[in-house]
Amino acid sequence: MKAKAKKKDGFLHELSKNKTLFLMILPVLVYFFVFSYLPMVGVYYAFTNFNFKDGLFGSPFVGLKNFEFLFRGGKDAIIWSLTKNTVLYNLAFILIGNVLQILVAIILSELTSKIFKKVSQSIMFLPYFISYVIIGVFIYNIFNYEVGLANGMLKSLGKTPVDFYGKPEVWKYIIVSANLWKNLGYGVVIYLAAITSIDKSVYEAADIDGANIWKRIRYITLPLLKPTFVLLLLFSLGGILKGQFDLFYQIVGRNGNLYAATDIIDTYVYRTLTINFDVGLGTAAGLYQSFFGMMIVLTVNFIVKKIDPDYALF
Amino acid sequence: MKIKQPVATKVFNIIGYVLITIITIFCLLPFIMVVSGSLTNEEYIIMHGYSLWPKDFSTQAYKTIFTYPKQILTAYGVTIMVTIIGTALGLFLISMGAYVLNRKDFKYRNGMSFYIYFTTLFGGGLIPWYILMTKYLHLKDTYLVLILPLLMTPFLIILMRNFFKSIPDSIVESAKIDGAGDFTIYAKLIMPLSKSALATIGLFLALAYWNDWFISSIYIDTPSKYTLQYLLYKILQDAEFLKSNAASNVTSSIQIPTETLKLATAVVATGPVILFYPFVQKYFVDGLIVGAVKG
Repeated sequence: MKAKAKKKDGFLHELSKNKTLFLMILPVLVYFFVFSYLPMVGVYYAFTNFNFKDGLFGSPFVGLKNFEFLFRGGKDAIIWSLTKNTVLYNLAFILIGNVLQILVAIILSELTSKIFKKVSQSIMFLPYFISYVIIGVFIYNIFNYEVGLANGMLKSLGKTPVDFYGKPEVWKYIIVSANLWKNLGYGVVIYLAAITSIDKSVYEAADIDGANIWKRIRYITLPLLKPTFVLLLLFSLGGILKGQFDLFYQIVGRNGNLYAATDIIDTYVYRTLTINFDVGLGTAAGLYQSFFGMMIVLTVNFIVKKIDPDYALF
Repeated sequence: MKIKQPVATKVFNIIGYVLITIITIFCLLPFIMVVSGSLTNEEYIIMHGYSLWPKDFSTQAYKTIFTYPKQILTAYGVTIMVTIIGTALGLFLISMGAYVLNRKDFKYRNGMSFYIYFTTLFGGGLIPWYILMTKYLHLKDTYLVLILPLLMTPFLIILMRNFFKSIPDSIVESAKIDGAGDFTIYAKLIMPLSKSALATIGLFLALAYWNDWFISSIYIDTPSKYTLQYLLYKILQDAEFLKSNAASNVTSSIQIPTETLKLATAVVATGPVILFYPFVQKYFVDGLIVGAVKG
């Protein structure tokens, strides 16, 4: 009888054996099927001239026309400027963000005043809890021309006020700063945890050998933070084509004259949906983003696996 | 000999305290600016702009909000309801699913984990999702659409599973020998051991619900169904939105502050997060440490 049971070790057998477990995970499976897998069917819109009445398969098929529109114009194509903005902003967020977070985490770990550490860490973590709408409020009230804080300060210093909303080139700094500001505390928590988990005896041994604080950081803390850093870096590189929609939309909003410097794939897709209602075009841009995003993850993972399998994501 | 701090440490400490203090102040400044602005007289702001300290103190903006509080209270009600239902339901489904994924004797756990993880690699994108939700599932302008999209994420399921990894398998095994069913083991044994994990995941969910404006912006048409953050967004875009609401209550042409009103609304919408923050911060930090470092 045992042999027979083993023979029937298929799906149905598993199902009857672990009925409860299957039932317990069923909601999760159904959820992702409906809200993640079903929309994948909709990438077909990218090849149609969609209209709401005819729906998914009734709308006229137009082949690659939507993609041609995105790629039209060679070097000046819409898709290149969107891709460039998306990737460069993300790179700035990732690289500057991690360096700043590591710097702050190392300093905090070396300082001795417990209360100072606790208070400053709490305050730095606070922006993480705030909605992006509030970030928009902050930015607007700092940089608007008439009543903004920045111009108020310039005026009190006797300088002429600056029309920030008429200067697209300053917005890359503003957006990167806002991102750093919001995510600093989160990264510090992670890096501080990694530092705390370093074996204390290593530091003690270094102390006995007469290493000063700089050497300790340079030769112990930094090398031991490398795995955490590389892992976080790889994770973020996988999402390099995914723009931070909330951040950009709440800061830039519908200031069309800032688009050249601040438009990312996600804001473009959002506009095709909410303003033009060009479903085919928006889906095409989204498909481009999702497909190449996946290719980047797979490539990065493949290379990492060759160099050091410990860091591979899967 | 040991008492004297080395010079290098002294230099480091000075730089460290100064640098961290500056960064901390920068993190705090925008909050001070908004609170201070919301407590300043409207005319003063129009004349002189914002400052970091209310120079011409006035509570007019708050008075305006609370004179006609219906709109904000409705949004508060919607947001609180959505946050509570969404967090509770999400927590239940995530923990149940993650528990199954962590059961070593469950044959399909790796396949199912990949099925969930794959959705982070590839997706249909915003527009196919939007059309599915509106045209095929008919969720536009419903309360349900405010809850469903944020119910669970692959990240939270994996985080929860990583928490469960720290619970010894022997607990499950001995309970099975005693004849306990799988759901009983989950509900009676595993859940009580996972309070801090549940707190962390619950906070992630609650924060996502409380801070969401995007779902309202694409799916909700009826103003009485707006969530708090979206109402705030609408008011920022168009202070007329709030004025028209106020004016519909009273026909007299009273002077309504615009700029300070926006700031006061921002303070009222963010208040609960800031008030709860000192108490919940600990769970975030603890949870992130366990989830990130061990996972």
